[in-house]
Amino acid sequence: MSQAPFETVIGLEVHLQLSTNTKIFCGCANVFGSAPNTNVCPVCLGLPGALPVLNHQALLSGIKVGLALNCEINSFIKFDRKNYYYPDSPKGYQISQFDFPVAKNGFVMIKTDKGPKRIGITRAHLEEDAGKLVHDNLSNCSLVDFNRTGTPLIEIVTEADMRSPLEAYDYLNTLKLTLEYLGVSDCDMEKGSLRCDANVSIRPWGQEKFGTKTELKNMNSFRAVKVALEYEVARHTQVIQSGGKIVQETLLWNDEKAMTIVMRSKEHAHDYRYFPDPDLVPFHVDYKVIDQVRAELPELPAAKLERFIKQYALSEYDAGVLVMDQSLTKFFESCVEHYSQPKKIANWFNGAVLFEMKERKLSLTELKLTPSHLVELVKAVEEGVVSNLAGKEVLTAMLDSGKTAGEIIKEKGLAQVSDDSALLAIVDEIIKQNPTVVEQIKQGKPAAAGFLVGQAMKQSGGKANPKKLNELITQRILNA
Amino acid sequence: MKLHSLSAHQILELYKEKKTSPEEVLKDVVMRIESVEPKIHAYAHVNTHPKAMEGSLAIPIAMKDNMCRKGEEVTCSSKILKGFKAPYDATVVAKIKQSGGIILGSANMDEFAFGSSTESSCYGPTFNPWNLSCVPGGSSGGSAASVAADEAIWSLGSDTGGSIRQPASFCGIVGLKPTYGRVSRYGLIAFASSLDQIGPLTKDVTDCALLMNVIAGYDDRDSTSVNEPVPDYTKALVNDVHGLKIGVPKEAFVEGLDPEVRASVQAAIDELKKLGAIIKEVSLPHTPYAVATYYIIATAEASSNLARFDGIRFGLRESPSKLRKNTLIDLYEETRANGFGDEAKRRIMLGTYVLSSGYYDAYYLSGQKVRTLIKQDLDEAFKECDVILTPTAPTTAFKVGEKVSDPLAMYLSDIYTIPANLAGIPSISIPCGFSKAGLPIGLQLMGKAFDEEMLLRVCYTYEQNTPWHTKKPNL
Repeated sequence: MSQAPFETVIGLEVHLQLSTNTKIFCGCANVFGSAPNTNVCPVCLGLPGALPVLNHQALLSGIKVGLALNCEINSFIKFDRKNYYYPDSPKGYQISQFDFPVAKNGFVMIKTDKGPKRIGITRAHLEEDAGKLVHDNLSNCSLVDFNRTGTPLIEIVTEADMRSPLEAYDYLNTLKLTLEYLGVSDCDMEKGSLRCDANVSIRPWGQEKFGTKTELKNMNSFRAVKVALEYEVARHTQVIQSGGKIVQETLLWNDEKAMTIVMRSKEHAHDYRYFPDPDLVPFHVDYKVIDQVRAELPELPAAKLERFIKQYALSEYDAGVLVMDQSLTKFFESCVEHYSQPKKIANWFNGAVLFEMKERKLSLTELKLTPSHLVELVKAVEEGVVSNLAGKEVLTAMLDSGKTAGEIIKEKGLAQVSDDSALLAIVDEIIKQNPTVVEQIKQGKPAAAGFLVGQAMKQSGGKANPKKLNELITQRILNA
Repeated sequence: MKLHSLSAHQILELYKEKKTSPEEVLKDVVMRIESVEPKIHAYAHVNTHPKAMEGSLAIPIAMKDNMCRKGEEVTCSSKILKGFKAPYDATVVAKIKQSGGIILGSANMDEFAFGSSTESSCYGPTFNPWNLSCVPGGSSGGSAASVAADEAIWSLGSDTGGSIRQPASFCGIVGLKPTYGRVSRYGLIAFASSLDQIGPLTKDVTDCALLMNVIAGYDDRDSTSVNEPVPDYTKALVNDVHGLKIGVPKEAFVEGLDPEVRASVQAAIDELKKLGAIIKEVSLPHTPYAVATYYIIATAEASSNLARFDGIRFGLRESPSKLRKNTLIDLYEETRANGFGDEAKRRIMLGTYVLSSGYYDAYYLSGQKVRTLIKQDLDEAFKECDVILTPTAPTTAFKVGEKVSDPLAMYLSDIYTIPANLAGIPSISIPCGFSKAGLPIGLQLMGKAFDEEMLLRVCYTYEQNTPWHTKKPNL
């Protein structure tokens, strides 16, 4: 592959809604999907005279995120006002953290084809979300829904450490997985609980100084982030190569048209007039509280991956598939507790079970499979009660009916036939039908036996024990 | 008997003796309002049917027009909030209601508490009961005038840079700005959040203690309120200042101080000395910077606090037909241009400027540093004394219209009151005499944080030994 003409430089800002019970500065429920303007009160509506009071659960979630991203935690907690006018911002300012973010100087490790790479986290700060504007073209009106106003957010800002849209994509996936493990957010981009803005610039290889950046907004999936960045890198390259200059501006990504559109230029950049919010008195979080949060952190994906490979002797691929979803790892480890054959369980799980989940478009919990039921099935296969193939049929039936493996094997008569006399009849029949293959085997091509085994399996309705069949066929032919 | 001319504790005494009832008192006060309100204009809005309530303190009260009362219009005497009915009670309002307080209406004020004369109200000025051609002071001018004119038995005001004490001084009554964090600000429409504090305006010191007992206390809905135990303030009403140290800053008696005010304050110092107090000279070297510091910090906070008045959700919204272009920016601009008065616009612009990028360090940050120095001056002085005494204002009430076109002169009328707000300490104004023209003169005492009791004790002693609080204007 020839080298790109320029080096790409990317930094990302992720806004994450924290799934606390109540909003960040008032007692309103923090839920998604209620009727417009029902989860509101004088505080989150910014009514005259109302005052904010910090929700400590939100603060603890913020500390948790900071620790998981290997950040230093600021024990000095201070909030600032970011002043700007917009109808979805009821106070005319957003309460945010300016010079003392709850967390700073952290990092996230991502995998690249050149090995692991460290993406620096500049800062992560707490703030409140704004409301939602709905533009009604019919009535030519704009409507505001303040339900979202005051939802706790943590904004996670990276260093300009990513060098390709793919790295940005990988960072986002790694970050999201970590955040999911923490259980602080549902990380659902469709619901807007995770949002991402990207800063991108290009520069000649070897140049230290950054090129002029543009900021991209309005990407509603990680894929869109990647595509938008690819588009923007190409645009920058083209502009520069044709002798033009990149203008520092904020652009909106249009997913349908697959292009960026100018939102505002730097000249129109806001002066937010940040200053300490006098309604919220700064305070120090006790180090004991921070230590407590640290002690309660769950095992994070990278550590879990390493442990799965070591402790269960799983391949990196198998461990990787499991670690992608915390519910899978929990299920897997529960299975292993019942039956200490981690490799076999992982094979079944990552193969048949994930296949069924995909087919049925269900999550693991929706699948209603219990670890003990899966273990019963895996055991039945391993102990030769049913064939591997029949096992899959059993799983499908289990999921259809909710019955156990044992019940289904019995009902459907799927128990493997290993009894010589029953199998010999089939074997003889197959040998009679396939003289050419038999001849090949006799001439020293034992691999051809596989075909006969397959035929015999078919004949048995999948119930025959294939190992046993192979044995019998080879015996019969060679001893004939 | 003229019930309206009594203080609250006198009325409570009559209740105890079954000589009158809340209904009778209310009726009498309402009649008084009907007779003198056309002259005074203390109210932005008089409740049509105030109700006598059950409770231990069933006293008719006026509330400054910046405290939210459920279902009632509250406007900060600004056109931009006309029609806004609060859907909730401010914490102080809830406390007043629980104690049986009879809310008469909302007292007139300078628009958004921006002023020292109550002339910037959208309802027009309030007049000083002692001289109708003079201002009552401000911004709680309506609260002060209503009490001085016996249109309310007592009232609540708010004080950001002197807005309770200066009108109390101009109207010859008692006004206390409590320690920052002593009284909940929840439901008080903010001017400058780090300086605002609600406090009582009363006919005497005893009433001040009684009303403090109602409104003081921690509120978990106000993060800046402080969880300190609340004493029974009436216990501080002790007629004894023997051995107490009263600091008098040498910077207080400076150029610009009216000679009559100086003489009355000096006489008060002599009186306190005679009563056994020890007078000490102290120094507050940074107080000359207090007014400038205040106008940076207060306007910065105000510019942000007033951003919510944007015409989107409540109050005034300029109708689309009046907009030049039917855009969002135009809606904001026209609504705010028409809704805010001159002083509000001036302060929003000042505050926006001092917070702007490139100016923040020079103004806002420097202002915060000087604020710390002023606080340190006071901390230092309080090592040597129990209270600090100054005039409340450099002059007596000035004429209506006199300073309207000279904002800087207006700002200087808070020169003595501002340091207490910057330092967050309690401060009280009580009457200490009259000018030859018959206008009241006020004496200010500042105390240590959460030591309102010391202020009440010194003031009570002074009041018991002087006649000033018994004087009434002729109306």
